[in-house]
Amino acid sequence: MSAASAGGGGRWASTGYGALFYLFLFGPLLIMTGTAFNSSSFPRLSPWECFTTDWFGVLLNDRRLMDGLWTSAGIGLGVVLIAVPMGLAGALALSEIAPRLRAALYTVLITPVLVPGVVLGISTIVFWGQVGRALGMPTTGLFFDGVFLTIAGQVTFVSAYAMLIFSARLQRFDPTLTEAALDLGASPGQAFRKILLPFLRPAIASAAFLTLLASFENYNTTVFTILADATFTTALASKVRYGIDPSLSALAVIIIALTLIGAITHEAVMRRRAAILSGRAARSRLYGHPAGRLAVHPATILALLVALAGLAVWQGSRYDSSACRAGVLEERRALQEKLMQEQRARMRQTAPAPAVPTEPPAPGGNGSGFGGAFGSGLRPGGSSAAPAPTPAAPSPAAPGSPPPAPGSNPAPATPFGGAFQGIRPPGG
Amino acid sequence: MTRDVLLDHVTIRFGSFTAVDNAYLNISGGEFFSFLGPSGCGKTTLLRCISGFVEPTEGRVMIAGQDMARVGPNKRPTALIFQNLALFPLMSVAENIAFPLEVRGVSRKGRRKRADALLDLIALPGVGDKKVYELSGGQRQRVAIARALAVEPDILLLDEPLSALDLKLRQHMRTELRAIQQRVGLTFIYITHDQGEALTMSDRVAVMNRGVIEQVDAPTAIYETPRTAFVAAFVGETNVIPGTVLAQSGVQVRLGTPLGPLVGTAAGGRRYQAGEAVQLFVRPEQLVMDAEGPIAATVEKEEFEGATRHVFARAGLQALRLSRVNAGAAGALGPGAPLRLGYDAARASVLPASDGGGAIDAGLTA
Repeated sequence: MSAASAGGGGRWASTGYGALFYLFLFGPLLIMTGTAFNSSSFPRLSPWECFTTDWFGVLLNDRRLMDGLWTSAGIGLGVVLIAVPMGLAGALALSEIAPRLRAALYTVLITPVLVPGVVLGISTIVFWGQVGRALGMPTTGLFFDGVFLTIAGQVTFVSAYAMLIFSARLQRFDPTLTEAALDLGASPGQAFRKILLPFLRPAIASAAFLTLLASFENYNTTVFTILADATFTTALASKVRYGIDPSLSALAVIIIALTLIGAITHEAVMRRRAAILSGRAARSRLYGHPAGRLAVHPATILALLVALAGLAVWQGSRYDSSACRAGVLEERRALQEKLMQEQRARMRQTAPAPAVPTEPPAPGGNGSGFGGAFGSGLRPGGSSAAPAPTPAAPSPAAPGSPPPAPGSNPAPATPFGGAFQGIRPPGG
Repeated sequence: MTRDVLLDHVTIRFGSFTAVDNAYLNISGGEFFSFLGPSGCGKTTLLRCISGFVEPTEGRVMIAGQDMARVGPNKRPTALIFQNLALFPLMSVAENIAFPLEVRGVSRKGRRKRADALLDLIALPGVGDKKVYELSGGQRQRVAIARALAVEPDILLLDEPLSALDLKLRQHMRTELRAIQQRVGLTFIYITHDQGEALTMSDRVAVMNRGVIEQVDAPTAIYETPRTAFVAAFVGETNVIPGTVLAQSGVQVRLGTPLGPLVGTAAGGRRYQAGEAVQLFVRPEQLVMDAEGPIAATVEKEEFEGATRHVFARAGLQALRLSRVNAGAAGALGPGAPLRLGYDAARASVLPASDGGGAIDAGLTA
């Protein structure tokens, strides 16, 4: 009995651990998904303002990001078309070569994966620049083109990924099948096309998928080789650097949705194949019945998921959150009005005291992202004799409110719309 | 002539290892020819050499009077059936069988027709659309044969094709293979380490040991009149009695052994000097209970194996074994029973002891 209770305790512990583990894995994704639908201009869940789908529109209207997406797609296609055949050739060479040379060749082929991407990126530019200059090519030529350089740079290490996939698959290939084909009159080319290539087909598919992903998400090589152009990833990175907004969460939602559709369809394919291979299909109630078979067919499932996603997009595009947003805006304005009233009341009470704020200037009071760090010294024409800086870029203050002494009322001036209203500058 | 295979002093070396040593033999058209030997004796290498996957280091392989040097396996009039069959797992049965036609550019319709005809030949009509993994072992076996026949080869090479099957199926496939061979009239070259297969199916058998062809003969001759100690020990069970030659008259040899003076026959008309160390080979079924017999022994134990009873006896240090037809419980021998044993001297071979205790070990452990 004690053993049973101990077992129960163990089960609770493992369930708790499992829940924590999944929370750790998927918690960020869930929160990010939530922020994509909050109208707050900073990605956050609380305070929840309005349910909105506008961030998807913001995302799609971002020219730089969308141009980067097409550039990435083109580069990805180029990388797949070059890296997959190269990887296959490498894997075939590895499987055919004498064992003593194999280790050496493997090291050579795998090295680009181990070299830091930064080094690959820089060396790609330097190398092709040298080649281009040696050929007398103008700097507008192919070897100075960001897309070409990025494909060249990415292929160097992405083809090694493809090679690893092909090597794993080739290890399970029975070489007597090729011998049998030859013996039955096939030329070596026919044996390759009709026997080896069909066997490798799943590996070709996964290699193409993996190389596409590796190319798409690559940053540290691409950021050098893309030169003045931008891929999706580099555009995204620069966007993050200049300030984050929930359109990035919207992008994450799209990527998560595509991944889920792909994964569920893949699972359906695998289950169907397993059921057919094991011969269970004919006996199973699901696969044995024509309607059931149709219902769990991967194509049906894919169509269903795409239809669901389409419905969500259609519904989302029709959803209008402007009324709610206007309400929130109005609420905020009222709040600010009230705060200002209080402020004025307080100022009236302390009227005898000088209202001019003393140094240093209030952080966050001047609307600059640097919080006034360069407030006094960097302003052209600013003299050290004027210790109290006026806001460099006056923020749109709430209408109808005459600007009080700078720094004394931070609320309307910040881009955070009163988010930090509790933080008062000293002396305020 | 068109289907003859001539191995003209073929030697195959891999580095310092000699896999096949100076093999010379002529296999005539329409023959069912077997290579028999323990694993690692070079028989598979020789087969791969005939089919074109291995080039001979020395000598020539001639097929239908033509030197096959630098003729690839896809250009030779041979078809090989692999030990693991090497059926193409991604193709249906019919696609497998029609593969040789596909690579020659035969139309889809023509391929299907030929595949169906071949499926009829191997008595598996209507399985053409099945996948290979849906067939049983014996069916796969026959599909592999049909696929090889679709090449329309002059010579069919078989590399231990029955070794993966269970006993009953193996025995059935022996008869089947022989019947197919007689129906299509091709030269079959068959590789096996199973002497039962070699003896039942073949017109002639070559016994190989350590890369050397020890004897080429009809199955009965291999069994009855082995030319070397290895052949005598490897093919069938046998009692080996060491001795020295006392005298020889004609083919009859008298020898002194630990069991007393015995008589045997000099295999292949060999002449022996008096005092030469030899071995006398007596098959268990030739050793019979005979009150007048020259050997005195005692029973150690008896094993029952259905149709036969194996008696293990001992005469001094010499272990002896005899096989008796099961004649019911009345014929059973208890341990310790005294025996008098005789044999037919004309069927007991005397062979030089010098060619290899090691070879006999290899034969007995195989």
